[in-house]
Amino acid sequence: MAPVTIGVSIDIGEKTYPGRAGVRAVTALRNLQARIDPSEFCVITGPSGCGKTTLLNIVAGLDRDFAGTLGFAPPDRGAPCIGYVFQTPRLLPWRTVRENVELVRPRRADRMELEGLLSDVGVADMADAYPAQLSGGMARRAALARAFAIAPDLLLMDEPFLSLDAAAADRLRSLLLRLVSSRPATVLFVTHDLAEAVELADRILVLSPAPGRVVAEMPIDLPRKERRDPVMLSALRTELARLADHPIEPPENNENSILTA
Amino acid sequence: MARFPAALAERAASLLVLLVVWEATARIAHSRLFPGVGAVLTTLADEALHGELLHDLGATLARVAVAFTLAMTVGTAVGIVMARSRAIDTLLDSGVVLLLNLPALVIAVLLYIWLGLTEAAAIGAVTLSKLPAVIVTLREGARTLDRDLADMARSFHFGHWRTFRHVTLPQLSPFFLVASRTGLSLIWKIVLVVELLGRPDGIGYAIQVFFQLFDVRRLIAYALAFVAVVLAVEWGVLQPLERRLARWRR
Repeated sequence: MAPVTIGVSIDIGEKTYPGRAGVRAVTALRNLQARIDPSEFCVITGPSGCGKTTLLNIVAGLDRDFAGTLGFAPPDRGAPCIGYVFQTPRLLPWRTVRENVELVRPRRADRMELEGLLSDVGVADMADAYPAQLSGGMARRAALARAFAIAPDLLLMDEPFLSLDAAAADRLRSLLLRLVSSRPATVLFVTHDLAEAVELADRILVLSPAPGRVVAEMPIDLPRKERRDPVMLSALRTELARLADHPIEPPENNENSILTA
Repeated sequence: MARFPAALAERAASLLVLLVVWEATARIAHSRLFPGVGAVLTTLADEALHGELLHDLGATLARVAVAFTLAMTVGTAVGIVMARSRAIDTLLDSGVVLLLNLPALVIAVLLYIWLGLTEAAAIGAVTLSKLPAVIVTLREGARTLDRDLADMARSFHFGHWRTFRHVTLPQLSPFFLVASRTGLSLIWKIVLVVELLGRPDGIGYAIQVFFQLFDVRRLIAYALAFVAVVLAVEWGVLQPLERRLARWRR
């Protein structure tokens, strides 16, 4: 496990989904530049359909069909090890929790390490259950365990706590912060929930409506304890709105909503 | 599991009814052409011990096994390829539709003419009769593969083999099972016709001989042995396999 994590530099000229029969071409991202420092917890937020998921898929290497460049630093590290937590858990339904996590690891990986991870994440009791038997929160814990199982340099998280009740999402956020502090990784975390963004982030990037680009940036250097103060949150919300409120392009309507799929 | 003995008792009762009706009809008919239960079972035991029954049964089962394996492997591969590639799908589709609608009897006769009365022609005819159904089923399955899981496998660097074994194959297994089920029941029927037309052994050949001799006792005895094997495969192999493959479902 490398103690030094990696930085990411993103420079996307344009990302367009080609049109097909009945669907017209949609530009998801345009002129998007961002730099994420090693070990930084960077949260990306923005309106629905602004291309957040598209951006993560590009960084993950799942989508190579875009104009622009993607760089990792230091460059001599070779291909980065990327853990991806998707919007839905995407566990293999026909494999148990343990098998799901085990599958992504190198073949000769340490057995004890796996058990340690499963218990750290809180799924040790359910390790032999199939995903259909898990609650939503448990399934998300399992997906988190899978992402950490490869000891990632870079962790991509796409609204990973969506559709959980507030208390469960809260527990998972604390869990995530604990995991990141004991297993350092650079994190790129997408959410549209500002409170969640503030609680987790070292820095928040705000994307414009599609085609998405970075319209505001705000470092958060408050102690964790103070991050849940509602007065501060509403001040931040106003400030971010003001920063993002440069009239760039006429706001587009819901036609881009397929991008969040 | 608790209902198992009850189910067994019901099954036994319905079997008993069948045997009683059979025996009663035989007594009333009182004809060489409608033997009773006892006569058939004695013949069955006698043929198994001293006759050709086991040899014929073995020959038929071997043909079924080879044709089934061939049709399932080739059909699965072709089905997946057709689902993946539009060009190949278009190219092969007419052939599949033609084969799907060609009566098995025609396939068998043509192959016997072209290849002679050989084992290859017999197995080929059985395989070809089943192949198109496997292709169509597996193609349907491969078209519904989950893109999200495929992306997950790619982002975690599963590689081809792990993706196939842990992501693709489990999604195809219900389709594979349906294809084996329907395919096997088709093969059981076709193989007898193919043997009857051009093989010197096997259950189908034996049936033809007994037909010519009007030997109904042996005819029914051979048919019963065959049915017993089919049921054994259904209960002993297919149903346990189905349960095993479905164990992750809630």
